[in-house]
Amino acid sequence: MAILECKGLSKRFGSVQALDNVNLTIEPGRVVGLLGPNGSGKTTLLKLCNGLLTPSAGEILIAGAKPGPETKAVVSYLPDKPYLADWMNVGQLMDFFADFYGDFDRERALDMLAHLNINEQQSIKQMSKGTREKVQLILVMSRKAGLYLLDEPIGGVDPATRDYILDTIIRNYNPAAAVVISTHLIADVEQVLDEVVFIRNGQIMLQSPVDAIREDKGMSVDQYFREVFKC
Amino acid sequence: MEWKFRSDLPIYSQLVEQISLGIVSGEFPPGAKLPSVRDLAMEAGVNPNTMQRALQELEREGLVYTQRTAGRFVTEQIGVIQGARRTIARQSARIFLDDMKKLGYGREEILSLLEEEKEENHGDSGV
Repeated sequence: MAILECKGLSKRFGSVQALDNVNLTIEPGRVVGLLGPNGSGKTTLLKLCNGLLTPSAGEILIAGAKPGPETKAVVSYLPDKPYLADWMNVGQLMDFFADFYGDFDRERALDMLAHLNINEQQSIKQMSKGTREKVQLILVMSRKAGLYLLDEPIGGVDPATRDYILDTIIRNYNPAAAVVISTHLIADVEQVLDEVVFIRNGQIMLQSPVDAIREDKGMSVDQYFREVFKC
Repeated sequence: MEWKFRSDLPIYSQLVEQISLGIVSGEFPPGAKLPSVRDLAMEAGVNPNTMQRALQELEREGLVYTQRTAGRFVTEQIGVIQGARRTIARQSARIFLDDMKKLGYGREEILSLLEEEKEENHGDSGV
């Protein structure tokens, strides 16, 4: 069964059509890049998958169920903005995640944190932007979820941090789970993706395996994206 | 092993190429156990499914084999490795000859160029 399925999904904000009749199926075991320019609807789509927004039309199914309390147990979501309470320290955040999510694996989180020399007493407030992003990702990836939705996980961090984040995604790869990464930094993520979804003006333009684009077009997804989205 | 990817070719076929080269050059010696798919994927910084596909292709070519419980190994059949070595060498030769053709080099010129280079590099390459 598909882990994520959108059927005729639309979202309208007043006069703005943010998503327009989106049909999309994502299978378990896939790492998918959700690629589109700013304002194309990436964040709206991810928020709909989380039940943070409700569709204007159409439907979303997560492992066969509409977004709700049951699907939140399946979905691990990294928002595009900092969202952790900055007065908390790492230990408190882990308690918080363990309280909210039955699938939170503290051992896995501790292991990754130790690797970065981050201790439990460190508070979010004291951290650099890059470290904060790493901690957020570690918490999100330490859940044994069925669907990881990562909204711009590599935006605004240095290249070494970017590598670490992509490494973490590969390290935690689980054939029973899917990962959706929204980004416009395609060249950086291309190698870790199975397939890409191009989105423009709220519409899905293309869903294709990375190597199929490279094979058919003789260019990288990054180059192809630049061609398709040329301003 | 250093992994490098060109943008105009599928990633999986470049993985096949680079691992083949690793086997031919002895970096992965005959009979050696290969790292797990996940470890190789992490090392190369690529998607595990893409790495899996590359390893399956290498298996099809006979350069690696899977032992049910123990993992993946480099073949012990030297003949197969020699065959791969020859294939890679021929590919390199073809690319070289194409480039020379574009430069307008003829057969004699190419041969004398190779002789010259061989003289100059004698010390370090051992050719």
